[in-house]
Amino acid sequence: MAAQKLSLAKALNESLRKALETDPKVLIMGEDVGKLGGVFRVTDGLQKDFGEERVIDTPLAESGIIGTAIGLALRGYRPVAEIQFDGFVFPAYDQIVTQLAKMHARALGKIKMPVVIRIPYGGGIGAVEHHSESPEALFAHVAGLKVISPSNSSDAYWMLQQAIQSDDPVIFFEPKRRYWDKSEVDTEAIPGPLHTARVVKEGSDLTLAAYGPMVKVCTEAAAAAAEEGKSLEVLDLRSMSPIDFDTIQKSVEKTGRLVVVHEAPVFYGSGAEIAARITERSFYHLESPVLRVGGFHSPYPPARLEEEYLPGLDRVLDAVDRSLAY
Amino acid sequence: MTVESTAARKPRRSSKRVSAAKKPLSSEPQLVQLLSPEGQRVEHPDYSIDLTSEELRGLYRDMVLTRRFDAEATALQRQGELGLWASLLGQEAAQIGSGRALDDDDYVFPTYREHGVAWCRGVDPTNLLGMFRGVNHGGWDPNSNNFHLYTIVIGSQTLHATGYAMGVAKDGADSAVIAYFGDGASSQGDVAESFTFSAVYNAPVVFFCQNNQWAISEPTERQSRVPLYQRAQGYGFPGVRVDGNDVLACLAVTKWALERARNGEGPTLVEAFTYRMGAHTTSDDPTKYRHDDERAAWEAKDPILRLRTLLTAEEHADEAFFTALDEESDVLAKRVREAVRAMPDPDHMAIFEHVYADGHALVDEERAQFAAYQASFAEEGN
Ligand SMILES: Cc1ncc(C[n+]2csc(CCOP(=O)(O)OP(=O)(O)O)c2C)c(N)n1
Repeated sequence: MAAQKLSLAKALNESLRKALETDPKVLIMGEDVGKLGGVFRVTDGLQKDFGEERVIDTPLAESGIIGTAIGLALRGYRPVAEIQFDGFVFPAYDQIVTQLAKMHARALGKIKMPVVIRIPYGGGIGAVEHHSESPEALFAHVAGLKVISPSNSSDAYWMLQQAIQSDDPVIFFEPKRRYWDKSEVDTEAIPGPLHTARVVKEGSDLTLAAYGPMVKVCTEAAAAAAEEGKSLEVLDLRSMSPIDFDTIQKSVEKTGRLVVVHEAPVFYGSGAEIAARITERSFYHLESPVLRVGGFHSPYPPARLEEEYLPGLDRVLDAVDRSLAY
Repeated sequence: MTVESTAARKPRRSSKRVSAAKKPLSSEPQLVQLLSPEGQRVEHPDYSIDLTSEELRGLYRDMVLTRRFDAEATALQRQGELGLWASLLGQEAAQIGSGRALDDDDYVFPTYREHGVAWCRGVDPTNLLGMFRGVNHGGWDPNSNNFHLYTIVIGSQTLHATGYAMGVAKDGADSAVIAYFGDGASSQGDVAESFTFSAVYNAPVVFFCQNNQWAISEPTERQSRVPLYQRAQGYGFPGVRVDGNDVLACLAVTKWALERARNGEGPTLVEAFTYRMGAHTTSDDPTKYRHDDERAAWEAKDPILRLRTLLTAEEHADEAFFTALDEESDVLAKRVREAVRAMPDPDHMAIFEHVYADGHALVDEERAQFAAYQASFAEEGN
């Protein structure tokens, strides 16, 4: 019972179920989360089992969803709000950035903001505009918010539990193109710390750092590189705010090289922050500049171009070659 | 534990009370109707319409061709030619009635479902399919038909329409603007703000809400406790509910509202009471939340059938007309199908096109890097 193979979406569903069972103050809220079970079925069956008072279909109003979640949190609830797609979080951005993020500090720590905002993000599913974006840097830039993203079912299950238990607001980015990928979940395990990066695969020639949807691509890239005799270490950062720089630093000081991979545009992205910090920390260990692979400084393109836009195996390996060529 | 503290912890109202906001507060409002579901003319004291046989046939033709186009697009999605489709099935009267009320220099701000309005504006229907196929994010020049790009973020376009209308008023022009949105959209802050701005600045804009009863899985009662048209009153402009399956009433009421706008009388909210016959989009599964008998009840109010009954009863059209229209539908469907299949994928360098009007050094740099990267494959291939 404890260990089972679950899709990432199902693992999230089980995680929400567990949270609703464990703590009567936990609420699920969002558009279509009730009867429909969410457009990705992440909340499937929860309203049926926990009722409309715990699993709340909200009006179609993102600012309303987050603004009222703040009020519910002030009243002692722990709302887990769903934003249907990445591109629709912006009507709520004002509430998240100007209110949610700052409330704890403004009250001198006297009030807590245990609000989780779940956002399916990223591309690769052939969707129309506003359904494929990776806005994590826009949230990580804001003090007061924590920003995390699981890459597999086990993390999906455990990181969501931990996010709900956190007294800080957490932006929980779900890699939507990995929703249907299955992997092992041990629901009785003792999870590691929420903001610690994980070494997915050890290697000695170069470090690939990624999170969310790009972890799989990097793991595949490492396998492809291994066939050419290159040994790549792959890190799953898991958290974009805070970032576990210690784990990255340790890896880079072993391999001497770092390539950061994400779907979001490279310009002002999380790769920029990582490159800068690691250069500060490990300058004398680096054998080449930290390289970044990610989206371009362009609107997320129409579906027929997303394969060109998104970092795939080839673009990651190209960066690996460039790094190794120094 | 003291009695007081127990009492204080008790919920003060039963949880049933808290979730009671389900039924609208007021009783069912009257719909403006000029054509009954049975296809009979209905008199209305405030709205009437006098159309020639040719005009009546024209409305019928618009609705039939729009429905056929929509059905073809749904089929193309099923065949993998489109990534997604948002069908308008059942909403033809609301769209054709309001669309045919517009003058050429009026400006339209649609959502993502206004295929019938686009048709009325003369936008080639194949242009609408590019974004659903995934080859572009729009695909037409908004200024050539005064039909703005589709807007996917719910409610945003109502503010654009309002601003555009404010500009029309500043220019002293006598055209009007129309903004389309759904019942779900009525919950968005942007829509509330567009009502505020349009009222305060007396902007010549008509808000045309197609209340198709559902916002994906959520019924209108999840958005509002009063009938939507009544919202307008609180902002200080009139709201009217019209039978959205009655093309004549939609035409008459929208004409009236546009006339008000042109005369400097400010905004109007028109709520077209209609029904989404199919799924929200091709990705949606309405069996999860909707009963089939609801759809059956609305099928009996089909907007196309009722106009056909009128055309026949009043002898505006003969069999030859209907047969010719069937043939025209087939031709349209074939043209659409062929056009979609022939639609080329965009060149990959298109990612860097039109990001800025004045150019941008970073985009230029990334474009050059990407071109070199692509070229490296060609070299390898040699
Ligand atoms: C800001 C925003 N939130 C969520 C969505 C996802 N979404 C797309 S359509 C839709 C329902 C819209 O309902 P309504 O406004 O009634 O229009 P309808 O599609 O029924 O015509 C939702 C929730 C979106 N597109 N934009």
